[in-house]
Amino acid sequence: MLIFELSRPGRKNPSQAPAPQPEASGIPAHLRRADKPLLPEVSEMDAVRHYTRLSQKNFSIDTHFYPLGSCTMKYNPRGAHQMAMLPQFLARHPLAPETTGQGVLACLYELQEMLKDVTGMAGVSLTPMAGAQGEFAGVAMIRAYHVARGDTARTEMLVPDAAHGTNPASAVMCGYTIKEIPTDHDGNVDLAALRAAVGPQTAGLMLTNPSTLGVFEQNIQEMQKIVHEAGGLLYYDGANLNAILGRVKPGDMGFDVIHVNLHKTFSTPHGGGGPGSGPVGVSERLLPFLPVPIIAHEDGRYRLVTEQGLPQSIGHLSAFMGNTGILLRAYAYARMLGGEGMRRVADFATLNANYLMAELKKAGFDIAFPQRRASHEFIVTLKGLKEQTGINAMDVAKRLLDKGFHAPTTYFPMLVPECLLIEPTETESKQTLDAFVAALKEVLEEAHANPELVKGAPHTMPVRRLDDVKAARELDLVWKAPAA
Amino acid sequence: MPFIPHTEEDIQSMLEAIGTASIENLFDEIPPALRAGKLGQMPEALNEMAIGRLMQERAEQDGRYLNFIGAGAYEHHVPAAVWQIAGRGEFYSAYTPYQAEASQGTLQLLYEFQTMMASLTGMDVSNASLYDGASALAEAVLMAVRAHKTSRRILVPACVHPIWRQVAEALVKNQGIELVTVPYCTGGGDTVAESLKHFEGGDFAALVIQQPNFFGVLEEVDELTNWAHSQNMLVIGAVNPVALGLLKAPGQWGGKGADIAVGEGQPLGAPLSSGGPYFGFLCCKQALARQIPGRVVGRTVDLDGKPGFCLTLQAREQHIRRAKATSNICTNQGLMATTAAIHLSLLGQSGLERVASACHANASLLVEQACLIAGVERIFSEPFFHEAVLTFDMPVADVLRAMEAQGILGGLDLTPYYPELGNALLVCATETKTAEDIRKFTENLERILSRHNSGPACTRLKPTATSKW
Ligand SMILES: Cc1ncc(COP(=O)(O)O)c(C=O)c1O
Repeated sequence: MLIFELSRPGRKNPSQAPAPQPEASGIPAHLRRADKPLLPEVSEMDAVRHYTRLSQKNFSIDTHFYPLGSCTMKYNPRGAHQMAMLPQFLARHPLAPETTGQGVLACLYELQEMLKDVTGMAGVSLTPMAGAQGEFAGVAMIRAYHVARGDTARTEMLVPDAAHGTNPASAVMCGYTIKEIPTDHDGNVDLAALRAAVGPQTAGLMLTNPSTLGVFEQNIQEMQKIVHEAGGLLYYDGANLNAILGRVKPGDMGFDVIHVNLHKTFSTPHGGGGPGSGPVGVSERLLPFLPVPIIAHEDGRYRLVTEQGLPQSIGHLSAFMGNTGILLRAYAYARMLGGEGMRRVADFATLNANYLMAELKKAGFDIAFPQRRASHEFIVTLKGLKEQTGINAMDVAKRLLDKGFHAPTTYFPMLVPECLLIEPTETESKQTLDAFVAALKEVLEEAHANPELVKGAPHTMPVRRLDDVKAARELDLVWKAPAA
Repeated sequence: MPFIPHTEEDIQSMLEAIGTASIENLFDEIPPALRAGKLGQMPEALNEMAIGRLMQERAEQDGRYLNFIGAGAYEHHVPAAVWQIAGRGEFYSAYTPYQAEASQGTLQLLYEFQTMMASLTGMDVSNASLYDGASALAEAVLMAVRAHKTSRRILVPACVHPIWRQVAEALVKNQGIELVTVPYCTGGGDTVAESLKHFEGGDFAALVIQQPNFFGVLEEVDELTNWAHSQNMLVIGAVNPVALGLLKAPGQWGGKGADIAVGEGQPLGAPLSSGGPYFGFLCCKQALARQIPGRVVGRTVDLDGKPGFCLTLQAREQHIRRAKATSNICTNQGLMATTAAIHLSLLGQSGLERVASACHANASLLVEQACLIAGVERIFSEPFFHEAVLTFDMPVADVLRAMEAQGILGGLDLTPYYPELGNALLVCATETKTAEDIRKFTENLERILSRHNSGPACTRLKPTATSKW
């Protein structure tokens, strides 16, 4: 039932609306709306019941193990939510004077400083509103750097084929053409191909580490040299920093720019699709180009530095200060962990991933890179299972839902056929991981014994498998009231 | 160990299963030269009570003010149910709904959201949110350039939100797209035919029309839309969703309607929160549906023919199309779209219209009262929605400072953005302001201005042409 179908003409919620006004005489008739928008006419209780019931049709971290690779579905502390929702924080207007925001700015400034430490970078801007916008900011800074030096021949961005789709898409938004670099059989970027690809046209390389294959790039120092010697800059996709927190710092590895996804590593919620936050960190030479505003602390006062203070900045990426409320949650989380706790995150994210990998291997699953350590995540390939039984990665993913587990990421990265990218995170216990292994084992047995059961999954969700081909062909994107 | 459940026994048995002696060994693939030392800047861990207390103190330090600033972020009443439901773990801690069958709650809600936004804007299609209003404008510009095919230039009036224009510029300029500024009418504060004449016959992909514009002034949207269409341009309407409770939807502008409608969704249930999270919305005509950026939810059926919802049109998106995607956006502002859908359901048609009317009435009252004060003028003559530009005979920064001392945030000083306007203040009153609040504003303003003027007396005649109020 849609909310519109609950609607009854004339049903109102007077407690949620101001008193009726006399005719809005200041607004000329020809600028006014003649039609009524299609908004539900329901009671407050109807709306509360409807959306509460809808919420119950979701899997979430709060209800289920959610090992979605490359998404770091760790527990989102409730305390961080409550602190970001303090009434004074919520009420503050983004353009209110800095004198009225010293408390919130102190939190943001300290977060900025902590991110510098974690990434090993010289400067950080908190404004990007998600990972992809952080990537945009990073690549735009690389471009601004080359242009400021009069080096306009650099038109190409190198992107490994295992990279997340946002990497090439962000580089294109910055006006670059993309050159893909292949992966070798150990899951590292193919060094020979990288050497062959660089040249005076190279603006930079966008590297994800640990890569989306769930392994640490072993030749990272060599890659850094190759790209820098060719005059390019190095971009670090730090969307997945969980396994290296306090272990390695991208700045120490010679990277020029990095983005961090706070909605992964710093445990801010995903909210069914966002909001996220993708701060960028830079080395000395990119400092002048950081997106504004950034937060400065001088003479005991916090203030926003805008384009007046940073004239070469790539500019504003949001109307105000990025996703401030998300930054406050990340700040509260970081303070609850402290330095020791950060490092422990990496330890236990890595322990959980390697344990799960070992157990699944024992259970008969094929690991994509069995010769490698897992970082925070690893890949199982179901190519063999598909050949034997016809059951593919999607079928296994759907059947897992029936067993009370959210599915891992499927069909990404695209280079591994029939893949499940599995990221348990540090907040899950051994007991949960064991239960997940048991569930996957059951699915494996079912795939052999009763493949139709798996093919037809899920069986216990609010709907069975959905026809996404029909969804794309016969677009139904908004509800229309049936003709009376 | 905060948020890590492992017991000593668990750790030992896990290491045994892996076949290694220590957690340290699990990092042995990292080249030794790269292994970092401690996190030197990171403070000691605090428990929830301690960090809670620190943040409470900081929040109290910031305090609460009687706020008359708008300028793209507006204070509105948010029903208690909005965040109590959006804060439920099932919405709050879910990922993007990739596994549709286990995400029907989020997906159906987003389909309802799309329906509400498309209807509010008078468009056929809506996406499931973008980052904010400013970045939504940039995405609309990119979309218009793709759809237009020949031109990479966009006309943007100077009375479109100045920071939005900067954001759009930052986001599109690297693709060789140019934003060309159209001056505003100094008398009316709007975009007028005379200033557009200059651009006639030029090759432009689109005209941006903000309604109400940054000055709070209402544009002659029909005329502007028809002009742009006559020039083979698309029309991008940048609108305030609350104002649409009262104002004509972009889909109905002029003879053919705007082609794309974007805006800042914050007024629909998002607290001001120093700037975010808010959400951007983007709606368009059917013909442009396959050019739309970001997530889109569609209704379909399951194996048994039962209706259900899933992400659709994914072939436009970065995870499939990579370098050829319509946008790089991946994570959007889903939870804010969630709050907007709940907010709009609680208000309903009549509630939204009442909120819009109350905003207009309060702003009108404020302007009327303020303009009775000697030395205060409303500088633009065209009608406005819930914001207006007032000028004074003393620097606005001084006025605002004196108001702040009385616990009032009196509006936005326009001097840095529009120095040509002189001592100009952009002031807003939404439905949250009472007659008493407005009296407090005007009394303080009067006191501050009269103190400033209590040197040599100077009586000024108020020009009647601009003071409709
Ligand atoms: C490796 C990687 N890079 C970039 C992104 C993009 O981040 P966002 O979705 O926040 O834009 C993601 C996540 O989706 C990712 O996993």
